[in-house]
This record gives sequence, structure tokens and C-alpha cells, in this order.
Amino acid sequence: MPGPNTLIAAVALTLVLAIAGALLIDLPIESRHEILWRIRVPRVCLGLLAGAALAASGMAFQAMFRNALATPYTLGVSSGASLGAALYMRAAFRVEAAGIDGVSLAALGGAVVSTMLVYGLTRLSRAFSTATLLLAGVATSFSFTSLILLTQYTSDVTTSFRVGRWLMGGLEVVGFEPVWQVLPFAIVGLATVSVLGRELDLLVVGEDLAATRGVSVEQVKRLLFFAVSIMVGGVTAVCGPIGFVGLIVPHIGRRLVGGHHRFLAPFSVLGGAAFLVVCDTVARVAIAPVEVPVGSITALVGGPFFLTLLLWGRASRGFETS
Amino acid sequence: MPGLIQVERLVVRRGDREVLHGVTFAVERGGFLAVVGPNGAGKTTLLVAILGLAPPDAGTIALAGRPIQRYSRREVARRLSYVPQSDGRAVSFSVEEFVLLGRYAHRGRFAPPDRDDRRIVRDAMDLTATGTFAERAVSSLSGGERQKVFIAAALAQQADILLLDEPTAFLDPRHQRDTAALLRDLNRTRGLTVVMVTHDFNLAAHCGRDVLALRDGRIAFHGPAEAFLTPDVLEDVYNVPFEVLRPPAGGAWAALGENR
Repeated sequence: MPGPNTLIAAVALTLVLAIAGALLIDLPIESRHEILWRIRVPRVCLGLLAGAALAASGMAFQAMFRNALATPYTLGVSSGASLGAALYMRAAFRVEAAGIDGVSLAALGGAVVSTMLVYGLTRLSRAFSTATLLLAGVATSFSFTSLILLTQYTSDVTTSFRVGRWLMGGLEVVGFEPVWQVLPFAIVGLATVSVLGRELDLLVVGEDLAATRGVSVEQVKRLLFFAVSIMVGGVTAVCGPIGFVGLIVPHIGRRLVGGHHRFLAPFSVLGGAAFLVVCDTVARVAIAPVEVPVGSITALVGGPFFLTLLLWGRASRGFETS
Repeated sequence: MPGLIQVERLVVRRGDREVLHGVTFAVERGGFLAVVGPNGAGKTTLLVAILGLAPPDAGTIALAGRPIQRYSRREVARRLSYVPQSDGRAVSFSVEEFVLLGRYAHRGRFAPPDRDDRRIVRDAMDLTATGTFAERAVSSLSGGERQKVFIAAALAQQADILLLDEPTAFLDPRHQRDTAALLRDLNRTRGLTVVMVTHDFNLAAHCGRDVLALRDGRIAFHGPAEAFLTPDVLEDVYNVPFEVLRPPAGGAWAALGENR
């Protein structure tokens, strides 16, 4: 088995190839300059940011809950963010603060609310079993989804269609504006998570032990929950709820480079970016000229992956306390 | 001269139940206190309180003369290290990496481990005889080996107080003996102050310099280890009859007596 640094370099190389492929595959000859710079490059940039942020969020949640199945998507944070964004799309008013669109702020709000729900659940009982946690996540997700449907149903046709399409998750953008919308969220979130690598290492071993080793556990958890909310909110507002990136990439990373976040964090960030860009390219060319939403591709890969982990992954999840 | 750990009229509630009802004792620097008592007597609650993980509802816990709430987690970690009960938690790190995590409170945020860190980790592994499996994953070790690794990680923290929760539970007799010998050595020759919660009254009496027995959240006995192994004290603490055997070779061993 090659060392962690070699594997990270390999992922970086994969990422470069993924970017090249995404930019060049099926690039038409006529007006290719226009398509490249107005459509392909922004789309790839958005995929990179979203993939990196989603994978880092998944990695942080998995470490905090010591469970490979616990990700913002499976615990309902994505649907919270979606509800926030859907409500904003439905609303009659528009806001903007510091150049950040209201829909991002609304999604952030939704992500924070659902994160607080999850956080509250973990404080309610110290020893949460995997089953309880996931069921709570599913319940949260269902409730938010039904509220989204309600929001969509009571909207006018245009909004309803827009919300419906956006809910499928996609990176089809024109111009760099959406990239600028995601960028600050991704930077703040990724920076926070990468700085807390050592704390994540200790949280994986156990909160009590982390505290006695010198970690201010509650403070660190709040920071991490904040970072995940920011990333999930920022990405979901623009790209819709894209699932399973945060589940698959860090899990493979743990298998390949081990549990040390010094290696796992760069692996997840690079791997998440590469994974989403590849999925998006597949979504674009699979049944061309029709484009499939990238969220459906990640779900097609992620659903079976999740099920496999749930059914046969007892040993490989590697976090269980009992 | 106050003790290194000074507990004064400590009251701890869990929900609306009071678990500790005003417990007062001290542990001197270089002391070895074994905390015993029946299930539900409040041993673990006391340990959690001394670790600063649950604030006291009344009374105070002071480390080196300063209340524990006034320390940051990092400062506590430099004074006090902890070996949790071996509970099968899955640790995917290698032994060496895991012991290095014990250096958290001493390292800068971005600094890679320096020569001192490496040396201290190496010493901790030598002392616990865990160096031979430094590269193996902690989760692949046997219960006895794991316990030693957890002690090594606590030693790497370089605190002057070591707290242990049931260090010999789930260990076979040989590993029980090894662990007891290691703890005694750390205390007697390295000058480490040790507080150990245990169900094993013989271990408590043979390892500890002092024994603190809790019963229903109150102190039932606190005194030198030799005075603890007597039928009257044991029966008072555990509420079952005991016999104490004194073999000609010396020492004393307590065993459960017949029900009267």
C-alpha cells in the first residue's frame, strides 16, 4: 500500500484529469471560446467548490458522530438548507447582504436550524446508537421535505418549477456569479475544518478522552457545526441538495490514507472536488444532448454505497464504540 | 499544606438525584488513592467531577490550590491525565500515533511533533512495554495490550496526576498483575500521583497507599490501605460478610465470607 502522501498526490492528479475532462469533453468547435469561459469554467469551478465543501462537511460529521453513515445529507442538514432556500424562493421579498444573495442566507438559516436539532439530539442522550441517530436524521429529513413540498405546492407555476428543478441538484450555471456566491462559504468552512484536524482526531476516539487530553470539546463542536452549516447552506443555495459526496469520499479516504485528519482532510477536499466534477461530466454527457441533474448521478452511486455500508460495513465503519 | 487534589464538601446531582452528598478528602503529591465502593456508590461520578467534565453542584475541587473550573481544558490536561475504562472503543490509529495524540495539550496548533514530543512518546512506550507493537493499529490489540497503550498515551501527556477508571477490569490475571505492578512503579519510583477507581478491593489495598470507600454517595472509609482490609470495614462498605486471610508469607487477602 502506497503511503498517504503518495495517495493524496494521486488524488490531486485525478482531480487535474477530471478538470481537463470536464472542460474539454464534447467541446463544440464553433464558439468554443465563449462556451469554455461562460459555461464550462464556471461550472467546473462550482463543482470543485461544492465537492470539496460537501466532502469536508461529511468528514467532520463522521468524526464528530464517530459514524460513517452520519453526514449532513443523511442527518437532514441538507434538507434544512433546502427548506430555507425554497421558502426564500417562494417569498415575495428579496434581500442581499454584503454581496451575498438572500437565498444563500436563507439556506444557511435552514442549515443552522437543522444542525441545532441534530446537536440537541446528541446532547439529549450521550450514548446514541447508530440506528437512533439515523432514524432521527431520516425523520428530520422527511419533515423538512414535506414542508418543501408544501412550499412548492403553494407557489406559482414558475417558482414551483424552479424549486423542483433546483431540488434535483445541479451545477448548470452561466457565468461566474454563482461561483462567487459559494466561494466565501466554502473558504470559511474549509479553513475552519482544516484548522481543527487534531481535534477531530481526538473526537473520533471519544469526547471524554478528547476533553481530558485538553480539547475544549463543546467549543470545538460548535465551531465544527457552524463550519458544516456554512458549507452545506452555501452550496445548497446555489446547487441544490447534492447527496452522498460527503458519505463516499471521506469513507474511501479513511480506508486509503487512514483516520488521521492531517491526511484525511486534504484527501477529502481534493477527492470530493474530483468526484463531483466527474459525476457532473457524466451527468452532462451520459444521455447527451439531454443533461441529467448531477444530484441524481451522485445518488445513483451513493444509494447502493450507503446500503452496502449499512448492511455489511459493521467492521469497516471503524467508529462504533461497542 | 493543602493536597494536590483537594475535594471539599463536594455535591454532585444527576438529574434530580443527588449522587455525592458532601464528600471531603485530599490527595497529597505522590499519593496513590484507590477509590472503591459498591455499584452506584458514586465512584465514577467522583472521577468525572475530578476530571472537570461535570461541574460540582456544591463544594469545590481544587488542583494545586486552584478550583478546577478556573482552569482551561488545556491546563487541566497538563496536570491531570486519564485512562478510561477499556470499553472496546475502536481506535484506528497506530499505537505510536495514538500515544502522540497525548501530546495535544503541549503542542502548538500547526507545529509538527518536535524532537521532545518524539522522545516523550518513546519513553512512555518503553515504560509500558508497548514499543514492540508501535506500528500496529490499537484496535487490533488484545485487552491487556490496549490497557497499556492507553496508560502510555496518558503518560505522554506528562501530567503529574494519573486518573484511572477500573484499570484491571476485563484483564486476565497476568495482565492484572502487570498493570498493578506498572501503576505501583509509576507511583513509587516516578513520583506520579495516582487516583484509581476499582471494584477490586485486593488491588486497591495492595496498590494504593490510601483507600477511599464510598457508600451511597458518602465516605464510608478513608485511611491507609493496610487498615482497609479488615472484615469490619469491608462489611461496612459492601454490606456482605468478608473474611480476611493472612498467609504466613505476609500480606492480607480479602474474600467474600459465608452469608450469616
